[in-house]
Amino acid sequence: MNDKENNNYVLELLDIHKSYGSKVVNDNITMRLKKNEIHALLGENGAGKTTLMNIAYGLVCPDSGKIKVNGTTLVLENSSAAIKNGIGMVHQHFMLIDSFTVLENIVLGRECKKQGVFTDLQKSKIEIQALLEQYNFEIDLEAKVKDISVGMQQKVEIVKMLYRGAKILILDEPTAVLTPKEIDDLLVVLKGLSESGHSIIIITHKLKEIKKSAQRCTIIKHGKLVATVDVKETDEDQLASMMVGRKVEFSVEKRAHHFSKTLFKVDKLCVNDYRGIRAVNNVSFDIREGEILGIAGVDGNGQSELVEAIAGIRKIESGHFFIEGNNITHKKPREIIDSGVSTIPEDRQKMGLILPFNLAFNLILHKYAIRPFSKFGFLNFESIRKQASSRLKAFDVRPDDPNYLASALSGGNQQKLIIARALFDNPKLLIACQPTRGLDVGAIEYIHKMIIEHRNKGRSILLVSHELDEIIDLSDRVLVFYEGKIVGMLEGKAIEERKIGLLMAGGE
Amino acid sequence: MLSKITKFKSIFLIVTSIVLGLVIGSIILLLAHYNPLQVYSTLFVGIFAKPKYILWTLLKATPIIMTGLSVAFAFRIGMFNIGAEGQYMIGALLAVICGYYLDLNSSIHPIIIIIIAMLGAGIFGGIAGYLKIKFDLNEVISTIMLNWIAFYFYNYMIDTPFLNKGMNVSHKIKASAKLTIISSNDFLEKTNTFLYDLEKVKFHWGFFIAIILAVICWIILEKTTLEFQMKAVGLNPNASEHAGIDIKRNKILGMFIAGALAGAGGAIQVLGVNFGITTLAAMQGLGFEGIAVALVANSSPIGCIFSGLLFGGLRYGATKIQVPPISAPSEIINVIIGMIVLFIAVPKIIEVLIRNRGEQYDK
Repeated sequence: MNDKENNNYVLELLDIHKSYGSKVVNDNITMRLKKNEIHALLGENGAGKTTLMNIAYGLVCPDSGKIKVNGTTLVLENSSAAIKNGIGMVHQHFMLIDSFTVLENIVLGRECKKQGVFTDLQKSKIEIQALLEQYNFEIDLEAKVKDISVGMQQKVEIVKMLYRGAKILILDEPTAVLTPKEIDDLLVVLKGLSESGHSIIIITHKLKEIKKSAQRCTIIKHGKLVATVDVKETDEDQLASMMVGRKVEFSVEKRAHHFSKTLFKVDKLCVNDYRGIRAVNNVSFDIREGEILGIAGVDGNGQSELVEAIAGIRKIESGHFFIEGNNITHKKPREIIDSGVSTIPEDRQKMGLILPFNLAFNLILHKYAIRPFSKFGFLNFESIRKQASSRLKAFDVRPDDPNYLASALSGGNQQKLIIARALFDNPKLLIACQPTRGLDVGAIEYIHKMIIEHRNKGRSILLVSHELDEIIDLSDRVLVFYEGKIVGMLEGKAIEERKIGLLMAGGE
Repeated sequence: MLSKITKFKSIFLIVTSIVLGLVIGSIILLLAHYNPLQVYSTLFVGIFAKPKYILWTLLKATPIIMTGLSVAFAFRIGMFNIGAEGQYMIGALLAVICGYYLDLNSSIHPIIIIIIAMLGAGIFGGIAGYLKIKFDLNEVISTIMLNWIAFYFYNYMIDTPFLNKGMNVSHKIKASAKLTIISSNDFLEKTNTFLYDLEKVKFHWGFFIAIILAVICWIILEKTTLEFQMKAVGLNPNASEHAGIDIKRNKILGMFIAGALAGAGGAIQVLGVNFGITTLAAMQGLGFEGIAVALVANSSPIGCIFSGLLFGGLRYGATKIQVPPISAPSEIINVIIGMIVLFIAVPKIIEVLIRNRGEQYDK
């Protein structure tokens, strides 16, 4: 390659090396960003993408390697140095202050001053409005951050960086928290920015988005550079196999079998949401042994409330549900778990794990009170650790050290940890909510495999997902939720994307 | 559940903070024209020179070890108990009532009283847990309010015919309820100096009860399912609920145990030292001292014994530097305690100091 003559690169990360102790997270990675380019950075969870970008943003200091901005070598000591050089980063978890307005959040740390001491918000506002018009953003500057949608918050983060003069934007998994519509909006915004002189790196593992928006893509795996490819000339399968290092099966093999008896039955269930408004309205369905029942629907149509009610966490207004004919309505979560219902909650960090606990304790969170993990109220650390070691290996959680804290795991491994717990003693009914949200294709493939395996053992699964592909790939039967009601039931060959999509939107 | 390295590191940070507190204290002493060496040596001699002095220190330390345990226990399970003060008063009040009205053999009387005081103060502490789950009321606010309720209830009860003996004084407890080790008419007087000291100081079993309770706390916090579920609830109620742990019961239970510990402190003080209660003009500050004790102990129950002894020693030693030849105000001890707490509360400062030094050597 004739990189030396080419001065078109706005940001060059050359031979970046970074290790934590004995663990090498970035092994001499080189990545170059062209002017006006959208460049995707692809890799599995824990591949070292975020570390590399933190280095570019001055948050992490590399052990060796060079960073060049517009051809000049720089030492970025901290993020303000990066910002000064026109590099801005939007983190996966937003750095916004909820109770401040959008305007206050944008100007924070860069306020216009009156007489040297007083902040001049009006002046800042005029500047920012000009900026918004220039890039065609629609944001209400006076709204409080806590009142605006996640997609809007993301735009605020981007404007914040633009206001600080960023010419190079780094976005860490910008679409992980967005709805499909918001994702489309975001990609349009990014395209517009790249056309008006900005250069963008997006970290992602969603291949569709890369195809839609990026010109080039750099793939890293286990801290090493795999390749930088032209997106137009590479298809999704190729990208996926480069990222994972082997061929990825997008569709899963399911053994056909006929379903025998009903395991779980829901009868005319009504549940209210936290505001006291009816969220699940007179819902009845049943799940047979060895069946995956998928529940499709746009987020917020009562799926979360349904699952919480079955788990015993949300109050049931009326109706009943039965497992193997036993009425377990109004039972406590503990009793429901003991009757053979196991849940993968929709938010793994908030509802699934106790992040400051180690992996061993997280694995027995629902079984700590029984033998062999405790006796007469005393925990048996020895057996907890032993059990954890074998479980972590069996479910391929990395690292498999039981003393590791759950907070230190990557998202995919956190999810595997939860699945290891949920499948602990072969539950009769597994409720899987958004089991693959925010995960890379390798992890998704693995989790789908675990779910299918559980089904093939003759157990039942209730799968709740907003990802249509997931529902279609896995389910034996699909229920479509709309405004708290079941608006359609599809089975076997009748399960198709167009039909479900229509029902989800409330159409017939 | 702490790893060895973090344990070592936290002990190191605590010792550094204590040393820094003493250093800053000496600067302030210098500014006030006292000789810090003289003050510290008097303090040291005043605490350690005679067995009697050490006994005094143990006596001073006992109530704050108990309030410290209370705060530390709550903190370990993710709650902030500001209410140790009030729980302590409820414990003391119940101890007086049971010590005066119950008629039991002296071998079990104190134990029964302490158990009743712990139950009562535990229920009082549990109110804060109940308010938290029922109305989502922050336990910091509710325990502060409950302190005042306890304070006025305590003073009110002293004035009722039920307890009142005279001006602002309650009845004394029965002899069978006392925790005294050697009573004054013992024939051993003067023949054995140590036993004589024990009698003179009016040393009682309370300190040993505090140690036993601290060890029980340690066992609960390190080894049991009780701690596991309470800590899980404290750290992430949502995930705990999904895993089938009863969050309501555990929040109340956590505050109940915290309250019971502070209540035991109040009861011990009545049964061992005061034998009765008197109307208070203001809060005694034992609950707040307990927060400092727990902080210095890094919320470890065993650590609370040592930090309680440190604070008890400083408080007792303060009486020695007040008198000539030094005649320093005893408030200087408060300054030192304040400094120690400050340094521990901002461990970041020390960490940064240490790291910067390390980096200088690297260069």
